[in-house]
Amino acid sequence: MVDRLGAAFPEAVLAQEQFHDMRCFTVRKESLHDILRFLRDELDFNFLTTLCGMHYPATEGQEDLLGLVIHLHSFRNRHRIRLKANTPLKDPAFPTFTDLWPATNWMEREAFDFYGLTFTGHPNLKRILNMEDFPAFPMRKDYPLEDPTREDKNDSMFGR
Amino acid sequence: MSTGIAKPDFWQHDLVPAAEHKELNVLNLGPTHPATHGIFQNVLTMDGEYIQSAEQTIGYIHRAFEKIAERRPFYQITTLTDRMNYCSAPINNMGWHMTVEKLLHIETPKRVDYLRIIAMELARIADHIVCNAVIGVDTGALTGFTFIFQDREFIYEIFEEICGARLTTNMGRIGGFERNFNDIAWRKTKHFLDYFPKKLKEFENLLMRNRIFMDRCINCGPFPLDRALAYGFTGPNLRACGLDYDVRVMDPYCSYEDFDFKIPIGQNGDVYDRFMVRQKEMWESLKIIRQAVEKCEKMSDKTTFTADVPEWVLPPKEEVYNEMEALIYHFKIVMGESDVPVGEVYHCVEGANGELGFYLVSDGGRTPARVHFRRPCFVYYQAFPEMVKGIMLSDAILSMSSMNVIAGELDA
Repeated sequence: MVDRLGAAFPEAVLAQEQFHDMRCFTVRKESLHDILRFLRDELDFNFLTTLCGMHYPATEGQEDLLGLVIHLHSFRNRHRIRLKANTPLKDPAFPTFTDLWPATNWMEREAFDFYGLTFTGHPNLKRILNMEDFPAFPMRKDYPLEDPTREDKNDSMFGR
Repeated sequence: MSTGIAKPDFWQHDLVPAAEHKELNVLNLGPTHPATHGIFQNVLTMDGEYIQSAEQTIGYIHRAFEKIAERRPFYQITTLTDRMNYCSAPINNMGWHMTVEKLLHIETPKRVDYLRIIAMELARIADHIVCNAVIGVDTGALTGFTFIFQDREFIYEIFEEICGARLTTNMGRIGGFERNFNDIAWRKTKHFLDYFPKKLKEFENLLMRNRIFMDRCINCGPFPLDRALAYGFTGPNLRACGLDYDVRVMDPYCSYEDFDFKIPIGQNGDVYDRFMVRQKEMWESLKIIRQAVEKCEKMSDKTTFTADVPEWVLPPKEEVYNEMEALIYHFKIVMGESDVPVGEVYHCVEGANGELGFYLVSDGGRTPARVHFRRPCFVYYQAFPEMVKGIMLSDAILSMSSMNVIAGELDA
Protein backbone atom coordinates (compact mmCIF):
# COMPACT_ATOMS: atom_id res chain seq x y z
CA MET A 1 0.00 0.00 0.00
CA VAL A 2 2.73 2.39 1.03
CA ASP A 3 4.68 1.56 -2.11
CA ARG A 4 1.74 2.10 -4.40
CA LEU A 5 0.90 5.41 -2.84
CA GLY A 6 4.53 6.49 -3.07
CA ALA A 7 4.76 5.34 -6.68
CA ALA A 8 1.59 7.10 -7.73
CA PHE A 9 2.45 10.38 -6.01
CA PRO A 10 6.24 10.55 -5.69
CA GLU A 11 6.23 14.28 -5.12
CA ALA A 12 3.24 14.61 -2.88
CA VAL A 13 4.03 12.47 0.15
CA LEU A 14 6.18 14.65 2.38
CA ALA A 15 6.54 12.38 5.38
CA GLN A 16 5.21 9.21 6.85
CA GLU A 17 5.19 8.05 10.42
CA GLN A 18 3.81 5.17 12.38
CA PHE A 19 1.83 6.10 15.45
CA HIS A 20 0.80 3.04 17.42
CA ASP A 21 -1.34 0.99 15.07
CA MET A 22 -1.81 3.60 12.40
CA ARG A 23 0.28 4.80 9.50
CA CYS A 24 0.20 8.53 9.02
CA PHE A 25 1.06 10.35 5.81
CA THR A 26 1.74 14.03 5.56
CA VAL A 27 0.96 15.09 2.05
CA ARG A 28 1.12 18.19 -0.07
CA LYS A 29 -2.07 20.17 0.14
CA GLU A 30 -2.43 20.55 -3.64
CA SER A 31 -2.51 16.81 -4.25
CA LEU A 32 -4.68 15.85 -1.27
CA HIS A 33 -7.82 15.61 -3.35
CA ASP A 34 -6.14 13.42 -5.98
CA ILE A 35 -4.62 11.21 -3.30
CA LEU A 36 -7.97 10.71 -1.64
CA ARG A 37 -9.55 9.81 -4.95
CA PHE A 38 -6.71 7.39 -5.65
CA LEU A 39 -7.02 5.80 -2.21
CA ARG A 40 -10.74 5.43 -2.58
CA ASP A 41 -10.79 4.07 -6.11
CA GLU A 42 -7.56 2.11 -6.36
CA LEU A 43 -6.69 1.07 -2.84
CA ASP A 44 -10.16 0.30 -1.52
CA PHE A 45 -10.32 2.91 1.20
CA ASN A 46 -14.07 3.10 0.88
CA PHE A 47 -14.92 4.83 4.12
CA LEU A 48 -14.00 8.27 5.40
CA THR A 49 -14.06 8.12 9.16
CA THR A 50 -13.23 11.66 10.20
CA LEU A 51 -12.07 14.93 8.85
CA CYS A 52 -11.01 17.59 11.30
CA GLY A 53 -8.97 20.75 11.48
CA MET A 54 -5.82 21.49 13.42
CA HIS A 55 -3.94 24.60 14.39
CA TYR A 56 -0.20 24.71 14.91
CA PRO A 57 0.69 28.06 16.45
CA ALA A 58 3.73 29.88 15.13
CA THR A 59 7.06 28.78 16.50
CA GLU A 60 10.53 30.03 15.75
CA GLY A 61 11.23 29.69 12.07
CA GLN A 62 7.70 28.61 11.29
CA GLU A 63 4.59 30.59 10.66
CA ASP A 64 1.09 29.82 11.87
CA LEU A 65 -0.17 26.66 10.22
CA LEU A 66 -3.61 25.21 9.85
CA GLY A 67 -3.90 21.52 9.28
CA LEU A 68 -6.41 19.03 8.06
CA VAL A 69 -6.47 15.51 9.42
CA ILE A 70 -8.38 12.77 7.64
CA HIS A 71 -8.86 9.20 8.76
CA LEU A 72 -9.64 6.66 6.09
CA HIS A 73 -10.79 3.12 6.59
CA SER A 74 -10.72 0.20 4.22
CA PHE A 75 -13.44 -2.22 5.29
CA ARG A 76 -12.21 -4.95 3.00
CA ASN A 77 -8.59 -4.88 4.15
CA ARG A 78 -9.40 -3.88 7.73
CA HIS A 79 -6.93 -1.09 7.51
CA ARG A 80 -6.96 2.48 8.67
CA ILE A 81 -4.68 5.33 7.69
CA ARG A 82 -4.36 8.96 8.62
CA LEU A 83 -3.63 11.73 6.17
CA LYS A 84 -2.46 15.18 7.09
CA ALA A 85 -2.02 18.30 5.07
CA ASN A 86 -0.99 21.70 6.26
CA THR A 87 -1.58 25.14 4.91
CA PRO A 88 -0.44 28.57 6.03
CA LEU A 89 -2.95 30.48 8.11
CA LYS A 90 -3.06 33.22 5.49
CA ASP A 91 -4.21 30.82 2.80
CA PRO A 92 -6.67 28.44 4.48
CA ALA A 93 -8.23 27.06 1.29
CA PHE A 94 -8.56 23.37 0.53
CA PRO A 95 -10.58 21.83 -2.28
CA THR A 96 -13.81 20.30 -1.08
CA PHE A 97 -14.07 16.55 -0.66
CA THR A 98 -17.85 16.43 -0.78
CA ASP A 99 -17.64 15.11 -4.34
CA LEU A 100 -15.81 12.03 -3.04
CA TRP A 101 -17.71 11.47 0.18
CA PRO A 102 -20.87 13.46 0.92
CA ALA A 103 -20.16 12.71 4.58
CA THR A 104 -17.48 15.39 4.58
CA ASN A 105 -20.10 18.08 4.09
CA TRP A 106 -20.68 18.75 7.77
CA MET A 107 -17.15 17.82 8.75
CA GLU A 108 -15.83 20.54 6.47
CA ARG A 109 -18.35 22.98 7.84
CA GLU A 110 -17.16 22.08 11.31
CA ALA A 111 -13.52 22.63 10.32
CA PHE A 112 -14.51 25.97 8.84
CA ASP A 113 -16.47 26.88 11.93
CA PHE A 114 -13.69 25.97 14.35
CA TYR A 115 -10.53 26.84 12.44
CA GLY A 116 -11.52 29.00 9.50
CA LEU A 117 -10.43 26.47 6.93
CA THR A 118 -12.26 27.08 3.69
CA PHE A 119 -13.19 24.46 1.16
CA THR A 120 -13.40 25.56 -2.44
CA GLY A 121 -16.48 24.18 -4.11
CA HIS A 122 -18.32 23.26 -0.92
CA PRO A 123 -22.08 23.47 -1.54
CA ASN A 124 -22.97 25.26 1.67
CA LEU A 125 -19.94 26.47 3.56
CA LYS A 126 -21.24 28.24 6.62
CA ARG A 127 -20.85 27.80 10.34
CA ILE A 128 -22.50 24.74 11.75
CA LEU A 129 -22.19 24.58 15.53
CA ASN A 130 -21.54 28.19 16.43
CA MET A 131 -23.88 31.02 15.59
CA GLU A 132 -23.44 32.51 12.18
CA ASP A 133 -22.23 35.94 13.32
CA PHE A 134 -19.65 34.50 15.68
CA PRO A 135 -16.65 36.82 15.43
CA ALA A 136 -13.75 34.34 15.64
CA PHE A 137 -12.57 30.84 14.91
CA PRO A 138 -12.70 29.44 18.41
CA MET A 139 -10.56 26.32 18.16
CA ARG A 140 -7.46 28.24 17.14
CA LYS A 141 -4.92 28.19 19.89
CA ASP A 142 -4.89 31.97 20.29
CA TYR A 143 -8.60 32.08 21.12
CA PRO A 144 -8.95 32.13 24.90
CA LEU A 145 -11.24 29.61 26.50
CA GLU A 146 -12.38 32.00 29.17
CA ASP A 147 -13.12 35.67 29.09
CA PRO A 148 -9.64 37.22 29.32
CA THR A 149 -10.93 40.33 31.06
CA ARG A 150 -12.08 38.38 34.08
CA GLU A 151 -10.20 39.24 37.24
CA ASP A 152 -12.05 37.28 39.89
CA LYS A 153 -10.63 33.96 38.87
CA ASN A 154 -7.06 32.88 38.57
CA ASP A 155 -6.64 29.36 37.32
CA SER A 156 -3.22 29.70 35.80
CA MET A 157 -2.25 26.71 37.90
CA PHE A 158 -4.68 24.52 36.03
CA GLY A 159 -4.76 23.61 32.39
CA ARG A 160 -2.34 25.18 30.00
CA MET B 1 -28.12 29.52 13.02
CA SER B 2 -30.37 32.50 13.58
CA THR B 3 -31.24 33.00 9.92
CA GLY B 4 -32.69 29.50 9.79
CA ILE B 5 -35.76 30.60 11.68
CA ALA B 6 -36.16 34.11 10.32
CA LYS B 7 -35.67 33.59 6.62
CA PRO B 8 -34.62 30.26 5.19
CA ASP B 9 -32.80 30.63 1.88
CA PHE B 10 -35.68 29.19 -0.06
CA TRP B 11 -38.37 31.29 1.58
CA GLN B 12 -39.06 33.34 -1.52
CA HIS B 13 -38.43 31.05 -4.43
CA ASP B 14 -39.32 27.45 -5.25
CA LEU B 15 -42.99 28.35 -5.26
CA VAL B 16 -44.97 26.54 -7.86
CA PRO B 17 -46.98 28.90 -10.11
CA ALA B 18 -50.44 29.72 -8.86
CA ALA B 19 -52.00 28.33 -12.02
CA GLU B 20 -51.51 24.86 -10.68
CA HIS B 21 -53.35 25.84 -7.50
CA LYS B 22 -50.45 24.54 -5.55
CA GLU B 23 -48.09 26.19 -3.17
CA LEU B 24 -45.22 24.98 -1.08
CA ASN B 25 -45.17 25.57 2.64
CA VAL B 26 -42.17 26.03 4.83
CA LEU B 27 -42.46 24.18 8.11
CA ASN B 28 -40.15 24.67 11.05
CA LEU B 29 -39.79 21.36 12.81
CA GLY B 30 -37.95 22.21 15.98
CA PRO B 31 -35.69 23.40 17.59
CA THR B 32 -37.78 22.35 20.56
CA HIS B 33 -40.34 20.07 19.08
CA PRO B 34 -41.55 17.00 20.95
CA ALA B 35 -41.11 14.84 17.87
CA THR B 36 -37.44 15.62 17.32
CA HIS B 37 -36.46 14.18 20.72
CA GLY B 38 -33.67 16.68 21.01
CA ILE B 39 -32.77 20.25 20.29
CA PHE B 40 -32.24 20.60 16.59
CA GLN B 41 -34.19 22.25 13.87
CA ASN B 42 -35.40 21.04 10.52
CA VAL B 43 -36.70 23.55 8.02
CA LEU B 44 -38.92 21.48 5.78
CA THR B 45 -40.37 22.58 2.49
CA MET B 46 -43.68 20.84 2.24
CA ASP B 47 -45.87 20.03 -0.68
CA GLY B 48 -48.99 19.22 1.26
CA GLU B 49 -48.03 16.28 3.43
CA TYR B 50 -44.96 15.45 1.36
CA ILE B 51 -41.49 16.76 2.04
CA GLN B 52 -39.77 18.41 -0.88
CA SER B 53 -36.56 19.31 0.86
CA ALA B 54 -35.17 19.61 4.32
CA GLU B 55 -32.47 21.72 5.81
CA GLN B 56 -31.11 21.13 9.28
CA THR B 57 -29.82 23.64 11.74
CA ILE B 58 -27.81 22.18 14.55
CA GLY B 59 -25.62 23.54 17.29
CA TYR B 60 -28.27 24.60 19.79
CA ILE B 61 -26.52 22.79 22.61
CA HIS B 62 -22.96 23.18 21.40
CA ARG B 63 -20.74 23.24 24.49
CA ALA B 64 -17.29 23.48 22.87
CA PHE B 65 -16.12 20.14 24.24
CA GLU B 66 -13.12 19.94 21.96
CA LYS B 67 -11.95 23.37 23.11
CA ILE B 68 -12.54 22.65 26.78
CA ALA B 69 -10.71 19.34 26.41
CA GLU B 70 -7.58 21.20 25.37
CA ARG B 71 -7.44 22.79 28.78
CA ARG B 72 -8.20 19.87 31.04
CA PRO B 73 -6.02 17.06 32.35
CA PHE B 74 -6.80 13.73 30.75
CA TYR B 75 -8.90 12.28 33.51
CA GLN B 76 -11.18 15.32 33.62
CA ILE B 77 -12.23 14.89 29.99
CA THR B 78 -14.28 11.81 30.88
CA THR B 79 -17.03 14.04 32.20
CA LEU B 80 -17.24 15.74 28.82
CA THR B 81 -17.74 12.43 27.06
CA ASP B 82 -20.65 11.64 29.39
CA ARG B 83 -22.54 14.50 27.94
CA MET B 84 -22.24 13.48 24.32
CA ASN B 85 -24.37 10.41 23.95
CA TYR B 86 -26.02 10.65 27.33
CA CYS B 87 -28.20 7.62 26.65
CA SER B 88 -25.17 5.34 26.85
CA ALA B 89 -22.58 7.35 28.75
CA PRO B 90 -20.47 4.38 29.97
CA ILE B 91 -19.53 3.49 26.40
CA ASN B 92 -18.22 7.00 25.86
CA ASN B 93 -16.37 6.93 29.19
CA MET B 94 -14.71 3.61 28.46
CA GLY B 95 -13.89 4.70 24.93
CA TRP B 96 -12.06 7.71 26.26
CA HIS B 97 -10.21 5.71 28.90
CA MET B 98 -9.12 3.18 26.31
CA THR B 99 -7.91 5.96 24.02
CA VAL B 100 -5.71 7.36 26.75
CA GLU B 101 -4.53 3.87 27.66
CA LYS B 102 -3.57 3.31 24.05
CA LEU B 103 -1.52 6.49 24.13
CA LEU B 104 0.13 5.46 27.39
CA HIS B 105 0.62 1.82 26.33
CA ILE B 106 -1.31 0.56 29.34
CA GLU B 107 -2.39 -3.07 29.18
CA THR B 108 -5.51 -3.71 31.20
CA PRO B 109 -6.05 -7.06 32.93
CA LYS B 110 -8.73 -9.33 31.53
CA ARG B 111 -10.97 -8.84 34.51
CA VAL B 112 -11.03 -5.09 33.92
CA ASP B 113 -11.93 -5.69 30.29
CA TYR B 114 -14.79 -7.97 31.27
CA LEU B 115 -16.12 -5.53 33.85
CA ARG B 116 -15.98 -2.83 31.22
CA ILE B 117 -17.82 -5.01 28.76
CA ILE B 118 -20.60 -5.62 31.29
CA ALA B 119 -21.00 -1.88 31.78
CA MET B 120 -20.81 -1.09 28.08
CA GLU B 121 -23.28 -3.73 26.99
CA LEU B 122 -25.73 -2.69 29.70
CA ALA B 123 -25.41 0.83 28.34
CA ARG B 124 -26.01 -0.40 24.82
CA ILE B 125 -29.21 -2.11 25.94
CA ALA B 126 -30.33 1.05 27.73
CA ASP B 127 -29.67 3.11 24.61
CA HIS B 128 -31.49 0.70 22.32
CA ILE B 129 -34.42 0.58 24.73
CA VAL B 130 -34.78 4.35 24.44
CA CYS B 131 -34.51 4.36 20.69
CA ASN B 132 -36.81 1.44 19.99
CA ALA B 133 -39.36 2.50 22.55
CA VAL B 134 -39.44 5.93 20.96
CA ILE B 135 -39.97 4.45 17.52
CA GLY B 136 -42.99 2.81 19.07
CA VAL B 137 -44.17 6.13 20.50
CA ASP B 138 -43.82 7.83 17.14
CA THR B 139 -45.99 5.20 15.52
CA GLY B 140 -48.57 5.76 18.23
CA ALA B 141 -47.78 2.77 20.43
CA LEU B 142 -47.09 4.28 23.81
CA THR B 143 -47.52 1.02 25.68
CA GLY B 144 -44.14 -0.39 24.78
CA PHE B 145 -42.43 2.76 25.94
CA THR B 146 -44.00 2.79 29.38
CA PHE B 147 -43.56 -0.95 29.62
CA ILE B 148 -39.85 -1.20 28.90
CA PHE B 149 -38.64 2.00 30.51
CA GLN B 150 -38.67 0.32 33.90
CA ASP B 151 -35.82 -1.83 32.69
CA ARG B 152 -33.77 1.12 31.59
CA GLU B 153 -34.37 2.35 35.10
CA PHE B 154 -33.08 -0.95 36.42
CA ILE B 155 -29.91 -0.66 34.29
CA TYR B 156 -29.38 2.78 35.79
CA GLU B 157 -29.69 1.24 39.22
CA ILE B 158 -26.87 -1.13 38.30
CA PHE B 159 -24.80 1.84 37.14
CA GLU B 160 -25.55 3.52 40.41
CA GLU B 161 -24.07 0.56 42.26
CA ILE B 162 -21.02 0.48 39.99
CA CYS B 163 -20.11 4.16 39.96
CA GLY B 164 -22.63 6.10 42.00
CA ALA B 165 -24.24 7.96 39.12
CA ARG B 166 -27.06 7.17 36.76
CA LEU B 167 -27.19 9.19 33.57
CA THR B 168 -23.89 11.03 33.21
CA THR B 169 -21.93 8.29 34.83
CA ASN B 170 -18.26 9.31 34.68
CA MET B 171 -17.70 5.60 35.12
CA GLY B 172 -14.25 4.11 35.45
CA ARG B 173 -10.86 5.73 35.46
CA ILE B 174 -7.86 5.63 33.19
CA GLY B 175 -6.55 2.13 33.82
CA GLY B 176 -9.73 0.54 35.10
CA PHE B 177 -12.44 1.36 37.58
CA GLU B 178 -12.51 3.53 40.66
CA ARG B 179 -13.72 0.61 42.76
CA ASN B 180 -14.65 -3.00 42.41
CA PHE B 181 -18.20 -4.02 41.54
CA ASN B 182 -20.00 -4.54 44.83
CA ASP B 183 -22.27 -7.44 45.68
CA ILE B 184 -25.42 -5.52 44.93
CA ALA B 185 -24.13 -4.68 41.46
CA TRP B 186 -23.45 -8.34 40.75
CA ARG B 187 -26.77 -9.40 42.19
CA LYS B 188 -28.66 -6.83 40.19
CA THR B 189 -26.80 -7.69 36.99
CA LYS B 190 -27.66 -11.35 37.42
CA HIS B 191 -31.24 -10.52 38.25
CA PHE B 192 -31.38 -8.41 35.11
CA LEU B 193 -30.09 -11.32 33.04
CA ASP B 194 -32.74 -13.53 34.57
CA TYR B 195 -35.84 -11.47 34.14
CA PHE B 196 -35.07 -9.14 31.23
CA PRO B 197 -35.24 -11.67 28.35
CA LYS B 198 -38.86 -12.36 29.17
CA LYS B 199 -39.62 -8.67 29.35
CA LEU B 200 -37.85 -8.00 26.07
CA LYS B 201 -39.80 -10.79 24.44
CA GLU B 202 -43.02 -9.21 25.60
CA PHE B 203 -41.88 -5.88 24.22
CA GLU B 204 -41.19 -7.56 20.91
CA ASN B 205 -44.61 -9.17 20.96
CA LEU B 206 -46.13 -5.73 21.37
CA LEU B 207 -44.46 -4.28 18.30
CA MET B 208 -42.59 -6.67 16.07
CA ARG B 209 -45.48 -8.43 14.34
CA ASN B 210 -47.98 -5.71 15.10
CA ARG B 211 -49.80 -4.96 11.84
CA ILE B 212 -50.04 -1.21 12.42
CA PHE B 213 -46.42 -0.97 13.45
CA MET B 214 -45.28 -2.98 10.45
CA ASP B 215 -47.37 -0.93 8.05
CA ARG B 216 -45.88 2.24 9.42
CA CYS B 217 -42.26 1.06 9.49
CA ILE B 218 -41.66 -1.27 6.59
CA ASN B 219 -40.41 0.68 3.58
CA CYS B 220 -40.37 3.89 5.55
CA GLY B 221 -37.25 5.97 4.98
CA PRO B 222 -35.15 3.29 3.27
CA PHE B 223 -31.55 4.10 2.54
CA PRO B 224 -29.38 2.20 0.05
CA LEU B 225 -26.10 0.78 1.25
CA ASP B 226 -23.81 2.64 -1.11
CA ARG B 227 -25.29 5.99 -0.09
CA ALA B 228 -25.08 4.97 3.55
CA LEU B 229 -21.37 4.28 3.19
CA ALA B 230 -20.80 7.53 1.35
CA TYR B 231 -22.57 9.36 4.15
CA GLY B 232 -20.46 7.68 6.80
CA PHE B 233 -23.22 5.64 8.42
CA THR B 234 -22.04 3.35 11.17
CA GLY B 235 -23.65 1.28 13.86
CA PRO B 236 -27.18 -0.11 13.68
CA ASN B 237 -28.08 2.30 10.88
CA LEU B 238 -25.39 0.91 8.60
CA ARG B 239 -26.08 -2.66 9.61
CA ALA B 240 -29.75 -2.16 8.80
CA CYS B 241 -28.63 -1.38 5.24
CA GLY B 242 -27.02 -4.79 5.05
CA LEU B 243 -23.34 -4.45 5.91
CA ASP B 244 -21.95 -6.29 8.91
CA TYR B 245 -19.58 -3.57 10.04
CA ASP B 246 -19.18 -3.57 13.79
CA VAL B 247 -16.11 -2.12 15.49
CA ARG B 248 -16.31 -4.80 18.17
CA VAL B 249 -15.53 -7.36 15.51
CA MET B 250 -13.56 -5.39 12.93
CA ASP B 251 -11.14 -3.80 15.42
CA PRO B 252 -11.64 -5.77 18.60
CA TYR B 253 -10.94 -3.70 21.68
CA CYS B 254 -11.38 -4.50 25.34
CA SER B 255 -11.17 -8.30 24.76
CA TYR B 256 -14.32 -8.47 22.65
CA GLU B 257 -12.56 -11.20 20.69
CA ASP B 258 -13.11 -13.55 23.69
CA PHE B 259 -16.85 -13.38 23.27
CA ASP B 260 -19.23 -15.25 21.08
CA PHE B 261 -21.88 -13.06 19.54
CA LYS B 262 -23.43 -12.33 16.18
CA ILE B 263 -23.82 -9.11 14.23
CA PRO B 264 -27.43 -8.77 13.17
CA ILE B 265 -27.96 -7.08 9.83
CA GLY B 266 -30.96 -5.83 7.92
CA GLN B 267 -31.66 -5.59 4.26
CA ASN B 268 -33.45 -2.45 3.16
CA GLY B 269 -32.21 0.08 5.68
CA ASP B 270 -35.76 1.18 6.46
CA VAL B 271 -37.17 2.01 9.87
CA TYR B 272 -38.28 -1.55 10.49
CA ASP B 273 -34.82 -2.91 9.75
CA ARG B 274 -33.21 -0.42 12.07
CA PHE B 275 -35.69 -1.33 14.76
CA MET B 276 -35.04 -5.02 14.24
CA VAL B 277 -31.26 -4.66 14.19
CA ARG B 278 -31.39 -2.84 17.52
CA GLN B 279 -33.78 -5.40 18.89
CA LYS B 280 -31.50 -8.28 17.90
CA GLU B 281 -28.49 -6.43 19.23
CA MET B 282 -30.09 -6.29 22.63
CA TRP B 283 -30.27 -10.08 22.61
CA GLU B 284 -26.64 -10.29 21.57
CA SER B 285 -25.68 -7.82 24.29
CA LEU B 286 -27.46 -9.98 26.84
CA LYS B 287 -25.46 -12.93 25.56
CA ILE B 288 -22.23 -10.97 25.93
CA ILE B 289 -23.09 -9.84 29.46
CA ARG B 290 -23.93 -13.40 30.45
CA GLN B 291 -20.60 -14.64 29.11
CA ALA B 292 -18.73 -11.81 30.82
CA VAL B 293 -20.38 -12.55 34.16
CA GLU B 294 -19.51 -16.23 33.77
CA LYS B 295 -15.91 -15.43 32.89
CA CYS B 296 -15.60 -13.14 35.90
CA GLU B 297 -17.01 -15.82 38.16
CA LYS B 298 -14.63 -18.45 36.82
CA MET B 299 -11.63 -16.25 37.50
CA SER B 300 -9.82 -16.93 40.72
CA ASP B 301 -9.01 -13.24 40.90
CA LYS B 302 -11.98 -11.36 42.29
CA THR B 303 -10.29 -8.16 43.36
CA THR B 304 -8.48 -6.67 40.36
CA PHE B 305 -10.31 -3.68 39.02
CA THR B 306 -7.47 -1.56 37.67
CA ALA B 307 -4.33 -2.00 35.67
CA ASP B 308 -1.08 -1.73 37.57
CA VAL B 309 -0.36 1.92 36.80
CA PRO B 310 0.18 3.91 39.99
CA GLU B 311 0.76 7.10 37.96
CA TRP B 312 -2.86 7.02 36.80
CA VAL B 313 -4.91 5.12 39.35
CA LEU B 314 -5.62 6.89 42.61
CA PRO B 315 -4.27 4.95 45.59
CA PRO B 316 -6.60 4.02 48.47
CA LYS B 317 -7.12 6.83 50.94
CA GLU B 318 -5.49 4.96 53.88
CA GLU B 319 -2.29 4.72 51.88
CA VAL B 320 -2.45 8.38 50.88
CA TYR B 321 -2.52 9.37 54.54
CA ASN B 322 0.19 6.96 55.64
CA GLU B 323 2.62 6.39 52.81
CA MET B 324 4.86 8.86 51.02
CA GLU B 325 4.68 7.17 47.61
CA ALA B 326 0.92 7.05 47.59
CA LEU B 327 0.67 10.68 48.64
CA ILE B 328 2.95 11.75 45.79
CA TYR B 329 0.97 9.77 43.24
CA HIS B 330 -2.28 11.08 44.62
CA PHE B 331 -1.06 14.64 44.28
CA LYS B 332 0.33 14.09 40.79
CA ILE B 333 -2.85 12.50 39.53
CA VAL B 334 -5.18 15.09 41.00
CA MET B 335 -3.08 17.96 39.68
CA GLY B 336 -2.84 16.25 36.30
CA GLU B 337 0.93 16.08 36.41
CA SER B 338 1.42 12.46 35.37
CA ASP B 339 3.78 12.17 32.41
CA VAL B 340 2.26 11.65 29.01
CA PRO B 341 4.26 10.66 25.94
CA VAL B 342 4.17 12.69 22.74
CA GLY B 343 2.06 11.02 20.11
CA GLU B 344 -1.30 10.71 18.52
CA VAL B 345 -3.83 7.94 18.58
CA TYR B 346 -7.17 7.21 17.06
CA HIS B 347 -9.28 4.78 18.98
CA CYS B 348 -12.83 3.85 18.25
CA VAL B 349 -15.47 1.90 20.05
CA GLU B 350 -18.83 0.65 18.91
CA GLY B 351 -21.09 3.21 20.49
CA ALA B 352 -24.77 2.50 20.72
CA ASN B 353 -25.45 4.44 17.55
CA GLY B 354 -22.24 3.94 15.62
CA GLU B 355 -18.51 4.17 15.55
CA LEU B 356 -17.49 6.54 18.31
CA GLY B 357 -13.94 7.65 17.64
CA PHE B 358 -11.47 9.65 19.66
CA TYR B 359 -8.57 11.30 17.91
CA LEU B 360 -6.12 12.40 20.57
CA VAL B 361 -2.96 14.38 19.93
CA SER B 362 -0.57 14.80 22.81
CA ASP B 363 2.45 17.07 22.80
CA GLY B 364 3.66 15.80 26.14
CA GLY B 365 1.85 18.48 28.09
CA ARG B 366 -0.54 17.95 30.96
CA THR B 367 -3.53 18.42 28.72
CA PRO B 368 -4.13 17.11 25.20
CA ALA B 369 -3.00 19.32 22.34
CA ARG B 370 -6.07 18.36 20.38
CA VAL B 371 -9.01 16.06 20.87
CA HIS B 372 -11.45 15.33 18.15
CA PHE B 373 -14.53 13.30 18.85
CA ARG B 374 -15.94 11.36 15.95
CA ARG B 375 -19.56 11.51 16.93
CA PRO B 376 -21.51 8.99 14.88
CA CYS B 377 -24.75 10.92 14.67
CA PHE B 378 -23.02 14.12 13.62
CA VAL B 379 -21.79 12.20 10.60
CA TYR B 380 -24.92 10.33 9.64
CA TYR B 381 -27.58 12.86 10.50
CA GLN B 382 -26.54 14.91 7.47
CA ALA B 383 -28.13 12.22 5.31
CA PHE B 384 -31.55 13.09 6.71
CA PRO B 385 -32.63 15.40 3.84
CA GLU B 386 -31.83 12.70 1.31
CA MET B 387 -33.62 10.10 3.40
CA VAL B 388 -36.85 12.03 3.76
CA LYS B 389 -37.08 13.60 0.33
CA GLY B 390 -40.49 12.85 -1.09
CA ILE B 391 -41.89 11.03 1.91
CA MET B 392 -44.61 12.15 4.30
CA LEU B 393 -44.01 14.26 7.35
CA SER B 394 -45.14 11.60 9.79
CA ASP B 395 -42.78 9.11 8.13
CA ALA B 396 -39.96 11.62 8.32
CA ILE B 397 -40.43 11.91 12.07
CA LEU B 398 -40.31 8.16 12.29
CA SER B 399 -37.13 8.06 10.20
CA MET B 400 -35.56 10.64 12.43
CA SER B 401 -36.24 8.80 15.64
CA SER B 402 -35.11 5.52 14.11
CA MET B 403 -31.75 7.10 13.22
CA ASN B 404 -31.18 7.61 16.94
CA VAL B 405 -29.92 11.16 16.74
CA ILE B 406 -28.84 12.34 20.17
CA ALA B 407 -28.62 16.11 20.35
CA GLY B 408 -25.82 16.08 22.90
CA GLU B 409 -23.65 14.01 20.64
CA LEU B 410 -24.65 15.91 17.54
CA ASP B 411 -23.50 19.23 18.94
CA ALA B 412 -20.67 18.16 21.23
